[in-house]
Amino acid sequence: MNFIISLMAVLALVVAAFLGIEAAGLSRVFGVAIPYAAFILLISGVVYRVLNWASSPVPFRIPTTAGQQKTLPWIKRDRFDNPCNKIEVLGRFIMEVLFFRSLFRNTRAEVDKGPTLYYQWEKWLWLGGLALHYSLLVIILRHLRFFAEPVPSFVPVLGGMDGFLQVGLPGIYVSDAVFMIAVTYLLLRRLIIPRIRYISIPADYLPLSLILAIGVTGILLRYFTRVDLLKVKQLAIGLINFQCVVPEGIGTLFYIHLFLVCTLIAYFPFSKLIHAGGIFFSPTMNLPNDSRMRRHVNPWDYPVEVQTYVEYEERFREKMIEAGLPVAKDIAAGGPAIYSLTKK
Amino acid sequence: MARLPKPSELGLDHALPKKGWMDTSVDFRSGTWSHPARAKNLEAVGFLNGREWSPANHDWKLPANWKRIVFEGIRERLEKFRSLRIFMDVCVRCGACADKCHFYLGSGDPKNMPVLRSELLRSIYRGEFTLAGKIMGRLAGARKLTESVVKEWFYYFFQCTECRRCSVFCPFGIDTAEITMIARELLNLLGLNIDWIAGSVANCYHTGNHLGIQPHAFKDMIDFFVDEIEAVSGVRIEPSFNRKGAEVLFITPSGDVFADPGTYTMMGYLMLFHEIGLDYTLSTYASEGGNFGMFTSHEMMKRLNSKMYAEARRLGVKWMLGGECGHMWRAVNQYMDTMNGPADFLEVPKSPVTGTVFENASSTKMVHIVEFTADLIKNGKLKLHSGRNNNLVMTYHDSCNTSRGMGFFEEPRYVIKSVCNNFYEMPRETIREQTFCCGSGSGLNNDEFIEMRMRGGLPRANAVRFVQERHGVNALSCICAIDRSALTTLMDYWVPGVSVYGVHELVGNALVMQGETERKTDLRGEPLPGTEAVEDEDI
Ligand code: SF4
Ligand code: SF4
Repeated sequence: MNFIISLMAVLALVVAAFLGIEAAGLSRVFGVAIPYAAFILLISGVVYRVLNWASSPVPFRIPTTAGQQKTLPWIKRDRFDNPCNKIEVLGRFIMEVLFFRSLFRNTRAEVDKGPTLYYQWEKWLWLGGLALHYSLLVIILRHLRFFAEPVPSFVPVLGGMDGFLQVGLPGIYVSDAVFMIAVTYLLLRRLIIPRIRYISIPADYLPLSLILAIGVTGILLRYFTRVDLLKVKQLAIGLINFQCVVPEGIGTLFYIHLFLVCTLIAYFPFSKLIHAGGIFFSPTMNLPNDSRMRRHVNPWDYPVEVQTYVEYEERFREKMIEAGLPVAKDIAAGGPAIYSLTKK
Repeated sequence: MARLPKPSELGLDHALPKKGWMDTSVDFRSGTWSHPARAKNLEAVGFLNGREWSPANHDWKLPANWKRIVFEGIRERLEKFRSLRIFMDVCVRCGACADKCHFYLGSGDPKNMPVLRSELLRSIYRGEFTLAGKIMGRLAGARKLTESVVKEWFYYFFQCTECRRCSVFCPFGIDTAEITMIARELLNLLGLNIDWIAGSVANCYHTGNHLGIQPHAFKDMIDFFVDEIEAVSGVRIEPSFNRKGAEVLFITPSGDVFADPGTYTMMGYLMLFHEIGLDYTLSTYASEGGNFGMFTSHEMMKRLNSKMYAEARRLGVKWMLGGECGHMWRAVNQYMDTMNGPADFLEVPKSPVTGTVFENASSTKMVHIVEFTADLIKNGKLKLHSGRNNNLVMTYHDSCNTSRGMGFFEEPRYVIKSVCNNFYEMPRETIREQTFCCGSGSGLNNDEFIEMRMRGGLPRANAVRFVQERHGVNALSCICAIDRSALTTLMDYWVPGVSVYGVHELVGNALVMQGETERKTDLRGEPLPGTEAVEDEDI
């Protein structure tokens, strides 16, 4: 049901773009106005989110430690999973951002009769996540050839490496294939594994459906309709130079693709997709575990009511004296505190 | 006490309900929730909205303006804790954390999956605090705050032991323990706390420890240990109390003083200190290492923790030594200095025996007893006869707090292996940073919650049973006072035949003390290995 809703939403977007171009001839709207609007939303949304996160302080040093802390010199410590300074935190970050370290730990628990628990090898989520993000990165970089003149030299090199699987003309990009497989896997996983299906909400299916549709339209454009790349480039260069030209005859399919991409980037800051930025702010990840060595200051710290020793002794003095415990104030003398030690 | 089914009758079903989680409500079944806080215990420390009520009743007698209180509470905490903002925004519901929680594994209740536990709060955050959630409602996973949401919060946030296991597996480090801590703060604003926590907090505040033991009784207990130690080893030791000018202030959870088998661990500490001639004192004012405030609110944590530094300053000690405790060490490692420091009146801890300077504690000035002992052993300063523990086939349970809130793995293993000859690890997925909770942490170690405790402890118990079957393990060691008590119950229920030991009890057994007479028994009064045979011959 949740999936159907998100699928309908994506279909509605496709139809909107189709009608917009075919029936209303709004190629300037879909080719210029919407991309600008989406871009503005993306930038302002991300800035808003980041400032919003940054506006709340980090009162306590609460890293999640997943390895040996730095203690005695002869005890081998774990720099990546329990960093004790900023450089090591950077190391933890690199492991996390580039290799999805935490997801790599994943296991699957199975319950058998007894009840007995087993923990099984489960790296598919890690693999699927990694495949999706890296193929997406390559695809985005490849698209740079539309926006830059001259094309940065790494782009054709990347395209060449990516396209080594020469199946017919034009060659199939490995990244396209990996991307489609990964998205499909992540979607099926949500639909099929009961537990994951149970926790999923429409807002989880929407981004997946959206990028799946973007992938499909992109593939259609490249491999089947053979869109006129020069015209696309003309439009793209015009957009970034603020001299908009909307070439005739790019084709409706291209506008659908573009519209879906625009929706995605506009949606990015206001949805769970923002997780891409959130990781850098997560206090369990981005702080060294060094609070026994270096004091961490809480900016909103305030004095609190406590029970002082004096109040404590007032309450228990007689019993303490009777038990031979030292007290600070001598009641026999009735005078000020003279620190009599009744024992030793 | 709630009736506890036999292990074979407990039943465990991971089937999911037909209805979505937003459409199911809580069934307050006995054995799965803790008694509500009594008004007097809340009032004792100035908490508001204390009243007589029961979760089993329909009417919880919430204060008239309860919604306002919750909204204000959330807003304030969003502004104060970046962790909350991030954790409310970035979860992608990937489900990596879903089967990592011992309460989910042991109960099969989907709302015990960490991701749904936090969605309980997150859905309200979306529905009441974000534009997308207000417009899109359920499509964006948002809902409105109602009384039944509050009931759900009470049920499930007091079914989380703040163990942080989920956080280790989350790609963004989302820590449901942090969310639980903040959610409990919100509940506490409405007077919705549990009595095992609220009573302990009130006691810690007014008498210095969670059992409400008064100073003379505390001293009596230590005196009793002194006699016991003399009976076992022939050595008479003389601890001191509230003594000014001692070099070290030693603080341990009060469970070590009052609850078996922690008491044997306490004897172990005392024997060790005597043997190395440590100039230390105990305090009756700061007689609780554990911090029950942590299970209530950050402010209460600070109020209770303040006693440690205050007492160190008053007594004029040079540095502090802390006993074997889980959440006490999370508080010391991650909160104490920030909350009640700077401890500039203390010196950087230096072992008087080995000369080792504990640079890693140069700011808090507090050393963990196990790292202190590890250093003594490494430098050959202790005479140990590990054969005295030969009757034990040992494994080790990493406490959640020292594991994932500190990273304290090697020292305890080093000490255990120095004093025990038979040691086997449990499976990798159940130890170190992936360790499973005892099921009773964060103030849930109460009788009426027993069924849920046994369920939550199932993954831990299973791992123990694995090494019991494979290696004949009969002893489980740990460095946490709650563990010592909770695991004992847990083993009796799931894995009979396994006893629970604190690490320093093992040290006490193995420690060869100057002037000691030949030992016949261990600290528990049970015959030492090798001596049973002799007794048999006598008969
Ligand atoms: S692992 Fe993290 S991101 Fe994934 S569902 Fe759990 S809390 Fe959310
Ligand atoms: S902190 Fe522990 S008890 Fe709480 S949700 Fe996470 S795994 Fe479960």
